[in-house]
Amino acid sequence: MVDLTAAPDMLRTADGRPLKAALAQAQRKAKWRAFFLVLPLLAFVVLTFIVPILKMLERSVNHDGFSSNAPTLVAWFNDHPATADIPEDAYAALVTDLQQMQKDKTAGAAGTRINYTVPGTISVFKSAAREAEKLQPPYKDALIASNKMWGDPLVWVAMRNASSAYTSDFYMVSADLKRDAAGNLVRVEDNQRIYVYLFVKTFVLSIVITVACLLLAFPIAHLLAVLPMAKSNLLMILVLLPFWTSLLVRTSSWIAILQEQGIINDLMVWIGVFSEDGRVRMIYNQTGTIIVMTHILLPFMVLPLYSVMRVIPPSYARAARSLGATSWTTFRRIYLPQTLPGIAAGSLLVFILAVGYYITPALVGGADGQLISNLISFHMNKANWSMAAALAAILLAAVLLLYWLYDRLIGIDRLKLG
Amino acid sequence: MALPVYASPLERIWYYTFRTLCALIFLFLVAPILIVIPLSFNVEPYFSFTHKMLALDPSGYSLRWYDTLLTLGVNASDDAVRDSTWWGMVWEQATWVKAAKNSLWIGMWATILATVLGTTAALGLSRPEMPYRRLIMALLISPMIVPIIIIGTGLFFFYSSACISPDNWLGWLLSPFLSVKGCLANSHLGIILAHATLGIPFVIITVTATLSGFDQSLIRASASLGANPRTTFFKVIMPLILPGVISGALFAFVTSFDEVVAVLFIAGPEQQTIPRQMWNGIREAISPAILAVATILVIVSIAMLATVELLRRRSERLRGVTPQ
Repeated sequence: MVDLTAAPDMLRTADGRPLKAALAQAQRKAKWRAFFLVLPLLAFVVLTFIVPILKMLERSVNHDGFSSNAPTLVAWFNDHPATADIPEDAYAALVTDLQQMQKDKTAGAAGTRINYTVPGTISVFKSAAREAEKLQPPYKDALIASNKMWGDPLVWVAMRNASSAYTSDFYMVSADLKRDAAGNLVRVEDNQRIYVYLFVKTFVLSIVITVACLLLAFPIAHLLAVLPMAKSNLLMILVLLPFWTSLLVRTSSWIAILQEQGIINDLMVWIGVFSEDGRVRMIYNQTGTIIVMTHILLPFMVLPLYSVMRVIPPSYARAARSLGATSWTTFRRIYLPQTLPGIAAGSLLVFILAVGYYITPALVGGADGQLISNLISFHMNKANWSMAAALAAILLAAVLLLYWLYDRLIGIDRLKLG
Repeated sequence: MALPVYASPLERIWYYTFRTLCALIFLFLVAPILIVIPLSFNVEPYFSFTHKMLALDPSGYSLRWYDTLLTLGVNASDDAVRDSTWWGMVWEQATWVKAAKNSLWIGMWATILATVLGTTAALGLSRPEMPYRRLIMALLISPMIVPIIIIGTGLFFFYSSACISPDNWLGWLLSPFLSVKGCLANSHLGIILAHATLGIPFVIITVTATLSGFDQSLIRASASLGANPRTTFFKVIMPLILPGVISGALFAFVTSFDEVVAVLFIAGPEQQTIPRQMWNGIREAISPAILAVATILVIVSIAMLATVELLRRRSERLRGVTPQ
């Protein structure tokens, strides 16, 4: 309904509606029209991307291996607060559950859940379940006599924490933490700290790769930017070709180049730099990971640098020179600051991609060139799904933080491909 | 950047050092890709150049690894006559041929899905009145940023639970696209959906880039001349953004054609693709047959790159951006 009496001097459309309202309606309509174009894809991405990732996040805090197979003990835990001394009726509940586990063949599943926080408990659960039928009261002494681990307060703390399917234990393990007998978080022994070390190593290696990419990309991006268009387009193809070539192709050719009987070693032996026995292995180790990943990620550094460098007017550098600056000063004070946006965009992109890299380290990383992604894959292969999910969630958080930073600093719509 | 006549000797030295340095970096970029081509013709089962190859002796070269691509997995003796029955067997049984068929099939459907959905969305995203533009754009591009191992892990959990029993009508309708158990895991459809998701960011990026130079008044001009939105789309918008759409489609296809991690996580033995076969080859017994495949793939990627470059130039010409 249009109120025609409200303001007679108001601007109106031809059919007499206030112009403001008509405009607002038209804009709303245009908004919806634009949104409806995006909607199908949005629904698709939610289904094939967001939902799976939410599933994964749910896995990382959910493991019902113990809680669903030990209902009697879970009920006992719910009724009784934690005490240092575990009474006989808790052991009786445990034995009831162990007997049921033996029938359902679920002792392994329950033991696996406890094993994440107290290593070595799978076999304890399995053997106890086998003997559960024969055990006589008092169960406490009988169980401890069969394996003294049943008297270990750590096992009881772990079982209490596993009595709910929802848990933060997997994040705790990912941070190389464990619970002591009183239930407080403490760091695990030095020789068992693998996760934090690997996260740190992934970050350090990614930084090394990013710096290597920057050092290699800067000169060629500069050359591409200052050459005449016809020549630089031709050279650009050399940058884009790796971009279009299969990752596995590039990785396998690097194996051919870097292995002990490979091209570089052959060349070095032929020149006489290496002796026949002194061949150096440059692949299946950390060096291999760094070289191959630098090669693979280099185009992602060159392209943003190039697009920034191309629009830097050469007259600034000329002005600096004419005012008496040396070429080094001109580079440092005039040219380099103007390339900073490109350096930031390229470095951030390469770093983000490097942190989560999987294929190359898996194929050429050997023992010491593995990154956090490879550990996630390892846990997936061992069916340690919740553990893999927790590690993946931490990696995801790190990547999303960097992505947010990228969007803030550079803007995601400035991303270009060639 | 020609060297000026007044350059000092030091500048001259630096100029040539810099050029040499750049040449070496370009060599680092391209040499590893081109080196597989001669290596794939090695007559020996090695991954390196033999003395005969270096001496350019023809007996040091052979096509045996390309032959392996055809014969591996074929149930026929080595000296069988290569008649039409033999070729029929190759088409049906050869491991690499089957992998290639799977890869092409999955790649084709993933590309179609990603291109259609991505182009439509890019049209919406390029409109100035699009609400939450930045947020949605960030979301749609994130499959390119989020590590593939995380996507693979998530898909594994989701697909193994995304099942529908073939007993009810919907399950019966969908059963040809799903695995035997009625799940997305171990099915072609599952991989197609996953690969389409991975290809979408590329379509979005290339098409929005093309649309950023698009003159919106052309749409109004077309409407004022009496064209309905459909005619405007097919006669005005589409011809102008087509180069971007094709580039995006090619990117999406290459992404699918080269994708191995998601396949490792969610595919069954029926969905053997070329990258998966290569992955197994590199991890287990590394033979020059891998290099023969690699050579074919390099040639394919050169062809794709050439297509995209030509399209880009055409698009720049159409939009009036002339190379200097």
